[in-house]
Amino acid sequence: MVPLSWYLVFSAALFSIGLFGVLSRRNAVAILLGIELMLNSVNVNLAAFWRYGDVTQMAGQVFAIIVFAVAAAEVSVGLALVISVYRKHNTVIADEIDMLKF
Amino acid sequence: MTGEQIIFLLVALFTLFSALRVVTTGNLVHAALWLIATLFGVAVIFALLNASFLAVVQVVVYIGAIAILFIFAVMLTRKEMRDQGPQMNRNWWFGASLAVLTFAGLYFLLQGWSGISKTAAVFPSGFDAVGELGNALVSPNAYVLPFEVASVLLVAALVGAVYVAFNRK
Repeated sequence: MVPLSWYLVFSAALFSIGLFGVLSRRNAVAILLGIELMLNSVNVNLAAFWRYGDVTQMAGQVFAIIVFAVAAAEVSVGLALVISVYRKHNTVIADEIDMLKF
Repeated sequence: MTGEQIIFLLVALFTLFSALRVVTTGNLVHAALWLIATLFGVAVIFALLNASFLAVVQVVVYIGAIAILFIFAVMLTRKEMRDQGPQMNRNWWFGASLAVLTFAGLYFLLQGWSGISKTAAVFPSGFDAVGELGNALVSPNAYVLPFEVASVLLVAALVGAVYVAFNRK
């Protein structure tokens, strides 16, 4: 049987890798890829706590499904924003998207 | 070591390796393909956790829809991919140290937590996890309200995405 700590350490590592991607990539699409990794690590945590807690309480899995829906919403809006910015300003580099700055 | 532990270690190492490739590779199409590998590894982890519905949804929704959406977005913005230019910003070392610090902090917190050595719960005999999940999602005294709110959120986000990406010419 796999100990609970292995799942938690695995998901912490996946979260940290995603955080690194979000903080250090220049391309806006690559930043969204990092966010996907972070959301996935959260789902691993939720499923692991469901399995190692009370399996008759489905809260962990229900929460994971809601995270799926939120991830789909986030990706669709994020990529629509990236494509819209690319069409108007011809760039997807996050540093160059500074239209809100005076 | 039991067989399950060996499978877990192999899958976890593969998943973390492909996650590292997602954030470091220069070519964004390759990054999206490595993301598919990572998502597949996480689906295997769900299967190891006996969360069969989550494993299937992971393959269908994440790999089937979200990863393909990423590949579409990469191809629609292809001219600016800049395979030759630097893929990391100037402060990448700051991001790297913050990620390492986050992992170290989480690891430290986990070591001090008493529930870390918990063993997996045994399923009651005749327990149908997928059926229970379906009941929990639609039963009024369980999670029907969060479920419906999530659906409304998804519709609103998709309508908003169409509006934002619409070409008014």
